[in-house]
Amino acid sequence: MTFSPQLEARFDKLLKSYPPGRQRSAMVPMLLYAQDEIGRITDELVNEVATRTGCTPLQVNEVLSYYSMLHTKPLGKYHIQVCTNISCLLRDGDKLYEHTCKKLGIGHKEVTADGQFSVEEVECIGACSWAPAIQVNYDFHHHVTPEKLDQLLDGLGKKQ
Amino acid sequence: MAALINLTIDGRAVKVPPQTLVIDAAKTVGIEIPAFCYYEGLSLAAACRMCLVEVEKMPKMMTACTLPVSEGMVVRTETEQVKQARKYTLEFLLTNHPLDCPVCDKGGECELQDMAFRYGAGESRYTEEKVHTPEKQFSPVVFFDAPRCILCFRCVRVCNEGLGVGALGVINRGVASEIAPNVGDHLECDECGACIDICPVGALTSGAYRYHTRPWEMTHTGTICTHCGDGCKTTLGTRNDQIIRGNNRDRSGINGEFLCIKGRYAFDFYDHPERLQSPLLRVNGKLEEVSWAKALQVVAQKFTQTLADGGSFGVIGSNHTTNEENFYLQKFARQVLRTNHIDHHRTGDVVTLLDALSGKTTQLATVQDLYERKAVLVLGADLALEHPLLSYQVRANYRHHQAHVYVVTPQEVREDKYAAATVRGRDYESLRDKLKAEPELVILFDDSYKGEDLRKLVDFAESLAIPVKFICLLDYANSRGAVDMGLTPELLPGYQPSGQPGMHVDEMITAELSALWVVGANPLKGAVQRKAGFLVVQDMFLTETAQQADVVLPAASAYEKNGTVTNTSGEVQRLTRAVNTMGAKPDLEIMGFLARDMGAAATLGPWVPETVFAEIRQTVRGYEIPMPVMATGGAAQTVPVKGRIVVDSGVEFRPDLIHSDHNGLFASGTLGRYSKVLNSVLENRLNR
Ligand code: SF4
Ligand code: SF4
Ligand code: SF4
Ligand code: FES
Ligand code: FES
Repeated sequence: MTFSPQLEARFDKLLKSYPPGRQRSAMVPMLLYAQDEIGRITDELVNEVATRTGCTPLQVNEVLSYYSMLHTKPLGKYHIQVCTNISCLLRDGDKLYEHTCKKLGIGHKEVTADGQFSVEEVECIGACSWAPAIQVNYDFHHHVTPEKLDQLLDGLGKKQ
Repeated sequence: MAALINLTIDGRAVKVPPQTLVIDAAKTVGIEIPAFCYYEGLSLAAACRMCLVEVEKMPKMMTACTLPVSEGMVVRTETEQVKQARKYTLEFLLTNHPLDCPVCDKGGECELQDMAFRYGAGESRYTEEKVHTPEKQFSPVVFFDAPRCILCFRCVRVCNEGLGVGALGVINRGVASEIAPNVGDHLECDECGACIDICPVGALTSGAYRYHTRPWEMTHTGTICTHCGDGCKTTLGTRNDQIIRGNNRDRSGINGEFLCIKGRYAFDFYDHPERLQSPLLRVNGKLEEVSWAKALQVVAQKFTQTLADGGSFGVIGSNHTTNEENFYLQKFARQVLRTNHIDHHRTGDVVTLLDALSGKTTQLATVQDLYERKAVLVLGADLALEHPLLSYQVRANYRHHQAHVYVVTPQEVREDKYAAATVRGRDYESLRDKLKAEPELVILFDDSYKGEDLRKLVDFAESLAIPVKFICLLDYANSRGAVDMGLTPELLPGYQPSGQPGMHVDEMITAELSALWVVGANPLKGAVQRKAGFLVVQDMFLTETAQQADVVLPAASAYEKNGTVTNTSGEVQRLTRAVNTMGAKPDLEIMGFLARDMGAAATLGPWVPETVFAEIRQTVRGYEIPMPVMATGGAAQTVPVKGRIVVDSGVEFRPDLIHSDHNGLFASGTLGRYSKVLNSVLENRLNR
């Protein structure tokens, strides 16, 4: 399996960051970065990461199925992660989540027909001080209200 | 040795070596701390929280299975808090666990059931619906019922660490966690069943045993696996003269609880539909069922007549029959039939090894040595496939004692993964410097090292100037016993030269002998036409050889008789009858009856295993083994290395006749063909 030169370089660096014989430690970041490039984690990728880290595909699957930020199904171009954990919940995070779903017409871990958006209800994303918080791909948005959310989504929708 | 550590457990003073875990320290004074995930010999998981104890000066309860002892530690295992914790842990484990012990295959020997009884958690506050997932079949052998799983990960660890296979994993997280097989929805593995037997609950069950009986309805008989030469003890669970299960959960043999698929499941040849249950006699060219009396009479008369006419005899013995049977057979051949044409299929060059080691009694390794010695050299064999127990021992030695393992094999093998050095081919000389630096060494070699090559190997070992022990790898349950008991023309029992020439197997089947007697072997396989004037075969099945016989006498299997067998490392162990199969008789009894009908009973003595064994102990070099060890079901090593073997006997031993069948995990010579479980695994693979 081949990746972009940038990703290959990143992999090389990762695999060298751990002592000899501990290359499996690079498994999670490798999966995450590869997912960013390919869009999801395929069986082919699982086998590739297994080979490169000296593990069995089963061991990669163990890790893959444990972490919720690793996906085997394609996500939208913009992956909207709405926190409904305790701090956000106290500040109407649950309503925000419902609103997001209604606006996009999709539910948890679903993708819009045009492939632009996907939604995920997530646990605490470490932004409690600015609750309710959401994360779009790697960007955080604080003190989100339904209005702000609408604006954000409309903006992203136009960007295409 | 480091000073012992003093601590107090439940008010009792305990002294144990440093690094001991609290759970094991407690055991030394008879205090049992309940545990699910802790398993001696496997890595620590601390997954179940069942073993929580109070430790003074520690703010929270600790898991006794991961806590090493320290000086002055004060542990309490029976306080109210601890009892509560156990109860809550059980309540947790039971949240999604079905409460249907009466229909669960593990009922009656389930650790969860026992704990629930003991620590009480019959009532649950959990009122939500239980998560249910349907049962899955991972392989012909392994079934998995996820809701029963308590996620102790014993199965994952035993497969990964113990077997070196790593076929099981755990996927998902939290309440959705599940044990998963290595290839999509199924397993590609050794099918050894270790994961099933180690499972504390009924989550993993075996296709062979599930729903056949209840554990308390079985009788348990400890005997020796009849397949490969490693000599594992297998405990057969029987009911109404049927073998229902094989395992070794009491860890009583040289194999601890290890068994491969053959020892655990491949006992099932014994009730194969083609099993012979009546003697057969060739009448007008066709084999017909006759009574035992008739069949024995025909053979005895023919043998007596041939003797009287000065005809020639050939006798071919087996790698599976007991020492007593082999001893009796060679005595029969040499003293009654007055022939030295006696042989068997040789699978490794024990003779040259013993000769080369003449007089050195400390150079024969046992199965235990493979676990204890600091370095191991594997020559030729794919150990994990051909000698599963030995491979398991070496792996455990590496895991527990960091033993150095050296591999010199023609092809890739499982040992490569953790080997200190690997050589493809035969060039063990290239390891000289590394091996010289070892404090001691055990060398295992297969049939590709024989005759002069083997002498060179022994010289090489000598030149290392370190203590070296050897194991000559042999194929079958009693391959070693067959050589020890003199089933060769060159050697009498105990490696005494016979001083007379005699035919080998290959010569016997091509010669025009007046009578050929084959006991438990299949020399005519591969469409070889019989040449002998009269052919008698003792076997369990109508093999290629039996099909050409004049008389076929149905023999009992190893699980249907008493006696002793000697494994590849020369350890003598006892077979104990577990079942009877109607119509079949132990080979010893058949030979005894023939002797009686020929009027030779007085020459040969009683055909009782104990009596024959007593004679073996008195007369066969190396078999002066301690009786108490045998009587208590132990293994005693035979060390027949006093003096040279081939000196001036005038008869040369023929290493060129040695060839191993190199049976893999799912093969066992002719016998393997009749095992349902081995066939089902092979078919399953073909169909994929
Ligand atoms: S049967 Fe043996 S090899 Fe297969 S998964 Fe279980 S422990 Fe592993
Ligand atoms: S299947 Fe059995 S051994 Fe494996 S984790 Fe579950 S309970 Fe433990
Ligand atoms: S390793 Fe050999 S003796 Fe042990 S169970 Fe397997 S076949 Fe039987
Ligand atoms: S609870 Fe939402 S960010 Fe912490
Ligand atoms: S036995 Fe200690 S946590 Fe499982």
